[in-house]
Amino acid sequence: MTDLNQLQAELTARAAAGGNLAELEALRLEALGKSGSISELLKSLGRMSPDERREQGPLINGLRDAVATAIAARKAELEAAELDARLAGEHVDLTLPPPPERRGHVHPTMQVLDEMIAIFAELGFALAEGPDIEDDFHNFTALNFPPKHPAREMHDTFWLPEDARGERKLLRTHTSPVQVRVMQRTNEALPSWVANGQAPPIRVIVPGRVYRSDSDATHTPMFHQMEGLVIDRAIHMGHLKWTLETFCRRFFETEAVVTRFRPHHFPFTEPSAEMDVQCDRSGGSIKIGEGSDWLEILGGGMVHPTVLRNCGLAPDEWQGFAFGLGIDRLGALKYGMPDLRDMFSGDVRWIDHYGFSAFAAPNPATGLS
Amino acid sequence: MKFTLSWLKEHLDTEATVAEVVDAMTMAGLEVEHVEDPAAKFGQFSVAKIVEAVQHPNADRLRVCQVDTVDGRKEIVCGAPNARAGLTTIYAPIGAYVPGSGVTLEARPVRGVVSNGMLCSGRELEVADDADGIVELDGALKVGASAAEAFGLEAVIDFEVTPNRSDWLGVAGVARDLAAAGLGALKDLSVKPAAGSFREPIEIKVDGEACPVFAGRLIKGVRNGPSPAWLQQRLTSIGLRPINALVDVTNYLTYDRARPLHVYDAAKLAGGFLEARLGREGEQVAALDGKTYPAGPEVCVIADGSGAIGLGGVIGGESTKVTDETTDVFVECAWFDPIRTAQTGRTLGILSDAQYRFARGVDPGFIAPGLELATQLILQLCGGEASEIRVAGEPPAGRPPIAFDRTYVKKLAGLDVPRARIDEILTKLGFALSGDQVTPPSWRRDVEGKADLVEEVARIQGYPSLPSEALPEVARPAGGMLTVRQTRMRNSRRLLAARGYDEALTWSFMRRAWAELFGGGQPELLLTNPIASDLDCMRPSILPNLIEAAEKNARRGFADVALFEVGPIYKGDAPGDQLTVVAGLLAPHPPKSWVKPAVDPLFTLKADLMALLDELGAPPLQIVQGHASPWWHPGRSARLQLGPKNVVAEFGEVHPRILKALDADGPMLAFEVTLEAIPEPKKKAVKTKPALVLSPLMPLTRDFAFVVDRATPAGDLVKPILGVDRQLITEARVFDVYQGPGVPAGSKSIAVEVTLQPREKTLTDAEIEALSAKIVAAAEKAVGAKLRA
Repeated sequence: MTDLNQLQAELTARAAAGGNLAELEALRLEALGKSGSISELLKSLGRMSPDERREQGPLINGLRDAVATAIAARKAELEAAELDARLAGEHVDLTLPPPPERRGHVHPTMQVLDEMIAIFAELGFALAEGPDIEDDFHNFTALNFPPKHPAREMHDTFWLPEDARGERKLLRTHTSPVQVRVMQRTNEALPSWVANGQAPPIRVIVPGRVYRSDSDATHTPMFHQMEGLVIDRAIHMGHLKWTLETFCRRFFETEAVVTRFRPHHFPFTEPSAEMDVQCDRSGGSIKIGEGSDWLEILGGGMVHPTVLRNCGLAPDEWQGFAFGLGIDRLGALKYGMPDLRDMFSGDVRWIDHYGFSAFAAPNPATGLS
Repeated sequence: MKFTLSWLKEHLDTEATVAEVVDAMTMAGLEVEHVEDPAAKFGQFSVAKIVEAVQHPNADRLRVCQVDTVDGRKEIVCGAPNARAGLTTIYAPIGAYVPGSGVTLEARPVRGVVSNGMLCSGRELEVADDADGIVELDGALKVGASAAEAFGLEAVIDFEVTPNRSDWLGVAGVARDLAAAGLGALKDLSVKPAAGSFREPIEIKVDGEACPVFAGRLIKGVRNGPSPAWLQQRLTSIGLRPINALVDVTNYLTYDRARPLHVYDAAKLAGGFLEARLGREGEQVAALDGKTYPAGPEVCVIADGSGAIGLGGVIGGESTKVTDETTDVFVECAWFDPIRTAQTGRTLGILSDAQYRFARGVDPGFIAPGLELATQLILQLCGGEASEIRVAGEPPAGRPPIAFDRTYVKKLAGLDVPRARIDEILTKLGFALSGDQVTPPSWRRDVEGKADLVEEVARIQGYPSLPSEALPEVARPAGGMLTVRQTRMRNSRRLLAARGYDEALTWSFMRRAWAELFGGGQPELLLTNPIASDLDCMRPSILPNLIEAAEKNARRGFADVALFEVGPIYKGDAPGDQLTVVAGLLAPHPPKSWVKPAVDPLFTLKADLMALLDELGAPPLQIVQGHASPWWHPGRSARLQLGPKNVVAEFGEVHPRILKALDADGPMLAFEVTLEAIPEPKKKAVKTKPALVLSPLMPLTRDFAFVVDRATPAGDLVKPILGVDRQLITEARVFDVYQGPGVPAGSKSIAVEVTLQPREKTLTDAEIEALSAKIVAAAEKAVGAKLRA
C-alpha cells in the first residue's frame, strides 16, 4: 500500500519535472512500457488470489491512470512551450509595405456614361450607335440643315477630303445622325453595331464621340454627347419635359434640383427647348440644387416633321422627341472638374483623382455614385 | 444683338424694368447673354454743384471748393482749371474707387487742406478722353442724381439671336415678341409713304439671281454733317460709332428695323445707272473699310458705269461714299440672297451688320416701307427733296398659308390652350388668320408648317405651363438594354481598372506621321481643317496616343504607369472601317521594393490580357509569334488569333524604333484587342449552365522534364501533351524553363506538370505508366523532345 503510494508520488513528480519530450517518453516506457514498473504490477494481478486482486486491482489501475495523466499533462505543456518558442522566432515586421501595386480607375466620363445608361435603362431606353465618320446627309441634310444654311456654320465641322464623286465626309458634330440611322433603313453595307432602321415605337439613347473645331477651357475638339430619341404615336412635349426632369433629379441625385424649360431653336426639332438647372455660382464652384443662377445643361424638342419625313416616317402618324446632352460637361458639373481639356490629357494624377473604382458600377441597388 | 430699354420703349409701351425684360426675353426664346449696367459701374458717383471756389492758401494751381453733394455740403480741393462756382459736375465720395486713375479715395490733407471727396474728369470716369478739367454738366440736373443718368447711360441688353429669327435683329422685332408675351403694348410700326416730287433719274437694274429686288430713290439738296444728339446717343449706347447723319440713319434702321440700307453720293455715280449683278473674273471693290476685295462671279456686286463699286448686302465702296460735302444722296433698299451673302461674307472674311442680316434673311415685305422710313429721317435731319421710288425686280414670295388644326397644339405639345388664346397669340405675332388657314408674316420666313405654329403658341403661352407627363411603360428587352458588344466595352473597362490600369480618353485623331507608323495615314482619313497640325489624321491604333500619354506622365515624374482606352480606330472612312479596340499599355518602372518581383513584366501584361479575353468570353485562341505587326519588338511580341485571317489581339513590347520615333523612353509593353474580332454568342439569353460533374476521385499530377531545341516555343510542347487524352489530362502547365550546365548547348529543358483527372476509377500504376509513355512519345513526335536524363 505504502509502496504503491510512494511509487505514484515518485513517478508523478518525475513526470512533472520532465524537461523535454524525450525524457518524458523514457519515463513513460520505464513506468508504462511493456516491462515498465507499473506494467509489471498489473501483470502481478494475475497471480493473486481473488480477494487480493479485488483489493489490489483498483489500487494498481489507479496508479497507472494517475501516472499516465501526469505524463500526458506534462507532454502537452512541453509541446505548447515548444510551439510558442518556434512562433516567437517567426516574427515578421508587418509595418513593412506590401509589394507595390497599381490602383486603376475608370475615367469619370465613362463612369458618368454608365450612370446615364443606368437611368435611361430604367426608363426603358435601349442603346444605339453610329459611326464617327459621317456623311453630309446624316449629319446635316436629313436633320433639316439645308445646304449652305448658316446653322451649319455654327457647328465648326471637321472635314475629310473630297472623294472622286466630289463628296466629302466629316466627323459628326453631334450624335443626332444616329437618330436618322435608327429611324431610316439603308441598303448601305453596315457593320452590325451601326443602327439601321427600326420600326416605331422607338426609345433609344445614343452616346458617342463627337467633334467640333474648337478648343478652350469649356470646349474640346472631341467630346462625348448623348442623344435620346422617343418615337411613338402620342408622345408629346410634356413627355420630354418629364423625361428630362426625371433624368436631372436622378443624375444629380437630389430632389432639390430645380429645372427650367425655355424655348430655343434647333433645325431638327420643332418646338425646341433648352433646359437650365438652378445653381449657385458663388464661391468659385457650381452647386446644383441651391442658389438662384441658371445653367443651361441640355437641349431638345419634338422631332421636326421634315426629319421624320426624311427618315420615311409620316409626321401625321408618328411623332416624338429628341434631346442631346454633353456627357463630359455634365460629368464635370456633377463632380467639379474645372477644365474639360484635362479629361483628354491622360495625366494619371488627374485620372487617379477624378476617376472611379472598378467596383463602383452604377446600379439601382447601390445608387449611382 | 444689343439694345437698351429706352430704345425698346420706342416700340413697346411698357413699365417693365430691365430685369423683367430680360426674364420675358429668356422665356420667349431670346437668350440674354449679358446685361451691362452702367448704374452698377457708376453707383458711387453722383451729380454735385460747386457753390464757391477760392484759391488754395498754399498752392497756386489748386482751389478749395464748397460743393453741394448727395452727402450735403463738402469742402473739396480741386486742381481743375474749370472748377468754378455754379458748375454742375460729378462728385466722388471718400471710399469711392475711381476707375480712370485706379485709386480709392481717402480723406487726406492736400497741402494742408483736407479734401472730403473728389470732383471728376471724364477720363477719371472713363466716359471721355478729355483730362483738361472736371466734367461740365447741364445745370438743370439735380444734385444727387446718378452719374449714369447724368451721362444718359443705361443698361445694354446683349442677347443671342438664333439663326431662324432674323426679325430679332431689329429692336422693333424684339418689341413685337415681348408685346405678345404680355410685357406691354406694341406701338404702331407702320410707315406712311411720302410721295416723291420728281422722277428718280438713276436707272436700276437687277439680275434676279444675285439680287431679286432693288429699290431706291434720290434725295437732292441735303446738308450732311453730324447727326443730332438723340441719334448719336442711340448708336453709341450699343457701341456703334456715329459717322454722319446720312450714314447714321442707315445704321439706325439696321438695328431698329433689321433693315440695312446703303447711301451713295449721287454726284460720284458714273453712267446714270446702278446695277446689282454677279461679279466678274478679275473685278475688285475698294471697300469702305479701306481694303480691296476681289469680286468674282460668286459674289453680288453693285456696279455703275465705272464698274463694281460695292459688294451687295455686304459692304459699300469707298469711291461713292457720302461725306459732309454730299448734297445729293441715292438711298438703296434691296434684298440680297441669304446664301450668297453668307458665302461672300465667309469667303472674303467680312462680318458687317448688313451682311449678318442679309445672310439670315431680311423682311422682304419691308423694302418700300424701309426706304420710306429712311427718307423721312433724312428729310428730317438733312433736309432736301425726295424723288419718287424706283424699284427693279420682285421680292421673293412670302410663305403660303398653313392649314392649322388648333388641336395640334395639344397633340404635339401636350398643352391645353383655348382656340381664342391660340389665335390671339398668332395675331399678336403678326400671323394672318382665316378659318383654319394661318399665313406667316413676311418677316417670319422660318415658319414652314404647323409644328412651327405650335412652337409659337407654346413659347408665348410659356413653357412653364407645359405638363410634365410620365413616359408610357414599355416592355423591357429581356437580356438588358445593352448589346453583347456594348456590355463587352463596359466590362473591359472595369476589368482593366480592377487590374491596376487607369482609363485614358484620347483624341480620335493624331499626327499623320504617327498614324503611318501604325499602318494608317491613308489620304481619305486626313482632316482638311485639323485643329492643330499634329491632330490631322484619324487614328489607325490607340497605341501611339497611349505611348505619348505615358511619356508625358514620365516627364512629369510619373514613369510607372498602366493605361488603357476602349475606343474607336479607323481603317477607312466607311462605317464598317471603324473598329472598337481595347488597348492597354504598361510602362514598367516599378518603385524599388524589399520584395523582389520574380516575373518579366511582359508576362504580367500577358496575364492581364488573358484575364480580359476570358472576361470577354473569347474562345481558345492560337498564339503565334513572329508575325505581329512591325510596331512590335520582333522577339517579344505575339498575336492571338482564331485563324490567320481573324486576329483578335496583338501584344508585346513596343519596338524601340517606334518609341524613338515617338520620342518616348522604353520599355513599353502593350496590347490591342479588336472587339469585333471576338465572336458573339448567337443570342444573348439566359443560358442554363451544363450540369457540374464532380469526380469523387482525386486528381493526380506527374512531372516531366523535356529537352528541346532552344527555339522551340513551350506552347508547341504543351499542345500535343494535352492531345494525348483529352478526357484524362485536364492541364499541362510549364513550371520551369532552364538552359545551362546539364543541358546540351543549343537546347533547353522545359518542365511540365501534367494533371490527370480519373473519372470512373482510380488509375493503376500500369495505366499511369502507359499514359506517361504516350505523353513522352507525343512530345517527341511533335517537337523532338527527349526526356531529360
